[in-house]
Amino acid sequence: MPEVAAAEALSVAGLSKRFGGLVAVDNMSFALAEKEVLGLIGPNGSGKTTVMNLISGAAKPSSGEIRLYGESITGIGASKVANKGVARTFQLVRMLPGLTVLENVTAGGVFGHARRWGKELEDHARALLRRVGLPDAAGAAVSALTYIDQKRVELARALASDPRILLLDEWLAGLNPTELKIGIALIEQLRADGCTIVIVEHVMHAIRSLCDRCIVMNSGIKIAEGTPAEVLADHGVIRAYLGEADA
Amino acid sequence: MSTMAKTSAGGAGLRITAREARNLLAGALIVVAAGFVPLLFSGYVLQVAISIVMYTAFATSWLLFSGPTNYIALSTAAFFGIGMYVTAAGIDLAPYPVLILASGVAGALLAAVMGLATLRVSGVYFVIFSLGLAELVRQIMTWGQHVFGTMSGLYVTIDRSEPMYYWQLLLLAAVIFLVGWWIGRSRLGFALRIIGNDEVVAVHCGINTARAKVILFVISSTFASIVGALVAPRWGYVEPVVAFNPSLSFQVVIMALLGGTHRLWGPLLGVIPFTLLWELISIEFPDQTTLLLGVCFLLIVYVIPNGITGLVEDALSRRAGHGGPVGDTLSRGAHGVIGSVRTLLQGRKRHNA
Amino acid sequence: MDIVIIGLLLGGTYALMAMGLQLQYGVARIMNLANGEMLIAGAFGAFWFYLGTKASPLLALLFVIPLAFALNWAIYRVLILPLVRRAKSQGKLEVDSILATFGLSFIFIGIMVAVFGAQYTDYAYLSEPIFIFGERYGLNRVVAFLASAALCTGLYVWLHKTRAGLALRAVSVNPSAAGLVSINVARTSAFAFALGGAVTAAGGVLLSMYLTFDASYGVVFTLKALIIVILGGVGDIRGTIVAAFILGLAETAVATLIDPGLTLAAAYILFMIVLLVRPEGLFGRRTA
Repeated sequence: MPEVAAAEALSVAGLSKRFGGLVAVDNMSFALAEKEVLGLIGPNGSGKTTVMNLISGAAKPSSGEIRLYGESITGIGASKVANKGVARTFQLVRMLPGLTVLENVTAGGVFGHARRWGKELEDHARALLRRVGLPDAAGAAVSALTYIDQKRVELARALASDPRILLLDEWLAGLNPTELKIGIALIEQLRADGCTIVIVEHVMHAIRSLCDRCIVMNSGIKIAEGTPAEVLADHGVIRAYLGEADA
Repeated sequence: MSTMAKTSAGGAGLRITAREARNLLAGALIVVAAGFVPLLFSGYVLQVAISIVMYTAFATSWLLFSGPTNYIALSTAAFFGIGMYVTAAGIDLAPYPVLILASGVAGALLAAVMGLATLRVSGVYFVIFSLGLAELVRQIMTWGQHVFGTMSGLYVTIDRSEPMYYWQLLLLAAVIFLVGWWIGRSRLGFALRIIGNDEVVAVHCGINTARAKVILFVISSTFASIVGALVAPRWGYVEPVVAFNPSLSFQVVIMALLGGTHRLWGPLLGVIPFTLLWELISIEFPDQTTLLLGVCFLLIVYVIPNGITGLVEDALSRRAGHGGPVGDTLSRGAHGVIGSVRTLLQGRKRHNA
Repeated sequence: MDIVIIGLLLGGTYALMAMGLQLQYGVARIMNLANGEMLIAGAFGAFWFYLGTKASPLLALLFVIPLAFALNWAIYRVLILPLVRRAKSQGKLEVDSILATFGLSFIFIGIMVAVFGAQYTDYAYLSEPIFIFGERYGLNRVVAFLASAALCTGLYVWLHKTRAGLALRAVSVNPSAAGLVSINVARTSAFAFALGGAVTAAGGVLLSMYLTFDASYGVVFTLKALIIVILGGVGDIRGTIVAAFILGLAETAVATLIDPGLTLAAAYILFMIVLLVRPEGLFGRRTA
């Protein structure tokens, strides 16, 4: 297990988020080691995306603390969180329709963690497009891309700032079986390259093959934590997904 | 989509490409050619020409902010009036160039305060605030004059010839174009384009969106205030009701929209026909100007939503026919940008080879 | 004491005008910059009716409300609906509708100047004093306030006790979810827009009883109504009424204590404070 020796990249302690009377995330605590891939799973509405929004700064936590390599990033706002080195993709892919594919990627590399400009930025973005499997699309309009290709562009944009942590929010959702294989292979590649990643995902076999460790959420609380095999065998987890009768 | 930048941010560095150099040279030639107008014409024609350069300065500076962000700023009159007032109030206290500078600073301060209050929240609030800004400043000015002085207006006594006004405004318009071009190829311009496309993505790319918007609004408004300083002596007598006349803001917006907001030179194409049309309307139908202004507004929104530049580019791309595999899939607004990126990249490839 | 009562009387009438905009912006989601012109049109309607008949301007409501309703229905169908259909996003629709209603406001002003002239207009109806707590106030203010209160109450009850009112509130909260429970969102929006215009015009009738106005004065009322709606929270009727009273009080206080020329400045300072402190409105919930 790499997390024993490696530095702690992300730590979340006592994190809660309330929307009025609804508690979307309730006292979550977990840590993520450098180069670790952590899966965040759970039924719909269990608070996974809210956790992602809290880490990426899109939402302010009601209480609790988030630390990136020991430094608190709690409530500092999304743009500052991005500057510190947290990059993300979105549940529903978000392109910049007025910009070319290349510009969609460079957008991620100018203002974030690592900042490039000019020739260096362009070369970097082209290299990323090759890395995600789109070597020839640089000048195209994003509206001309297929769904999986738009997802690739979004991934390249997230990688453009050399993030210290990458948040993938249901990045595999909506892909057909062939595309899914490509998608999983891409993330495996990132993992092999030593990226630190948090994945929110419903595709269970992707979780099994990609994640070092898994956290299962239900109704805003952590109900299990461990290797994918361990948590997927857990009674509480099965109950959360399938209900009492099947457990 | 608002894509006023002419170059790709990916490609732009400190280096000026051959294409950019060509555009700059063409721009400089146009400015020089326009500079001859006062030598050839005088009287009414020169008056109209002064209107045209003045509105070009207004509409282009308006575009700097409202083009990429899609936030309709209705505050030109307020900043214009501020510039006039600073100049008029200081005319006996400081030399004219200092007053021009001071006008810019005053406009920048007002824009910063307004921007900080409104640009952090939804765009609608910004529009509403800008709509009433001229009236707000007018009320405060009137009250201030009431409390501190007795006069309802101020005299601006500097002797300037009509050609001089023309050249000053032309120079300012050229500076605005240059600044616009520079912003378009800068990180700030790229940030604004991302914000205009999707603000959520912009934030997660690490852009401080509020700061970028405020900076650009300040730049845009500063120029409107400087126009006020340049024009104040021509008016001679400045009073609140005239200096803060809201219809100026509307005319500027209408001209920019008519020209098209996704090109730096778009407003210019709107300013020239609209200024001429407006001259005609003011002479032929002096009592119906408001009504006709409204009709023009609606016509632009419903009939030519992409402005004259949109029409021109449509026509060009239709004439060009099928421009290759990429050309077929281009969306209308992005056409020019992608085209220039493509030429730029092709140029670079050749260069590298 | 003066300030409080005059402020409350003014605020009561403002509430009606702002409810009109609330229906248009909160339910139909159209930022209508020609809202103030509708108010002035209502004021001119009352003025014209009073000059012609010498009967109570309140009776003008009987024809102003249906006419304004019909006119706003037509505006929505003819001008707004094409924009709704062609808009690719809510943001684009916002920009388009702002521009279109802005152009419309100029057309209204132009027509009203042509018909009624550009001069300041007022008329004297019920201008005898009434004594409240020993102080004298214009009876017309009190009557306008009472009429406004009656209309606001009627509107509130209608919104909360009828099926149609419920549909309106549902669309206000979430148009797409309202569509899912078989509410005709397009029709409801058109209805809300028309009703909003009618309510605003009714506000104009009442304000004309004691305020001086001219054809180009609408934009000031548009701004005031917008500030009230934002202060009270978009889609929040209760907040709108409270905010209208706050604005009425603030304006009256500034007009009495500092200068009557600064009423809009007072409204704007309120606006600034709201934007800086509570951009979601008085009772609005912070959303994530």
